[in-house]
Amino acid sequence: MIIADKKPIEEIIESIKDYSRILILGCNECVTVCEAGGKKEVGILASALRMYFLNKGKEVKIDENTLERQCDHEYLDELVDQVDNYDAIVSLACGVGVQFAAEKYRATPILPGVDTCFLGATEKRGLWTERCQACGQCILASTGGICPVSRCAKRILNGPCGGSSKGKCEINKDMDCAWQLIIDRLKALDKLDTYEELSPLKDWSTDRAGGPRKIMREDLLL
Amino acid sequence: MRLSYPSNIKIIRIPCTGKVDILHILRSFEKGADGVYVVGCMEGDCHFNSGNFRARKRVEQARKILETVGIGGDRVWMYNLSSSEGPRFAEIAVEMDKKIRDLGPNPMKLAKKKAA
Repeated sequence: MIIADKKPIEEIIESIKDYSRILILGCNECVTVCEAGGKKEVGILASALRMYFLNKGKEVKIDENTLERQCDHEYLDELVDQVDNYDAIVSLACGVGVQFAAEKYRATPILPGVDTCFLGATEKRGLWTERCQACGQCILASTGGICPVSRCAKRILNGPCGGSSKGKCEINKDMDCAWQLIIDRLKALDKLDTYEELSPLKDWSTDRAGGPRKIMREDLLL
Repeated sequence: MRLSYPSNIKIIRIPCTGKVDILHILRSFEKGADGVYVVGCMEGDCHFNSGNFRARKRVEQARKILETVGIGGDRVWMYNLSSSEGPRFAEIAVEMDKKIRDLGPNPMKLAKKKAA
């Protein structure tokens, strides 16, 4: 899922200080699971902002709403009748939700309330780690299910490099060397012969190198 | 024991301090509470293993938020004691009452009066 982190309240206050009718808009999907932008976080942020502005003697209306998703038209449409009631919307969705809302409601500033970080997994509550960079051409079948694109600092496809020491990466002693993990995993799967095969040059045009990407599926388009 | 403690303290009973959410603490300040303290079991004695540790984390987060928005983080505290410590409960109530009196009323109350 998409992992996001809460923005400091001070930063959000700075971005909304000139508005007096504000909607805090949460998202029920990824940001709820990583506890950055779900219904609860909307409640906490709205409560904190109400107290801040009241304490400053400024009359600011702060409302709360949480949509099922902010990256689909049908859920964003739920705001059609309300959007004019606000001078600005603070979206606690990932960057996708913020942009999609901004495209739909062009006359209302949509401000980000979280920092969108990466595609990752919940290792345990409070700890999320990156697993995928959405390079558009998955090579996990040949790397024992461990991705060197997202988990190797150099994104090398025939590793490890000389910076791998005792299973750790040279850039950080706490970071596993992805290629060490791959070799260990291939060994456990009795597929070390796969490791001997050199990876061909990767077509990075499906990654960000090819510019913003899109997928069009003729079988689904109406 | 018939111990007395300050009558301005309103007790909200919960099944475990792990039930306490940051939002409960923030809302009580929005509604005009001058201070909030959470009284959990002794650390290591939680029937649900980690309820009181969760509560402590949430209290810490609520303190940070209240400090940021100008209400004052020192209005929220967490205490740990066992259910048999009635005298300590009364002691904490007195201690908390003093702490909050020293801090003065919740600034939200004054702000609300001004706004009205």
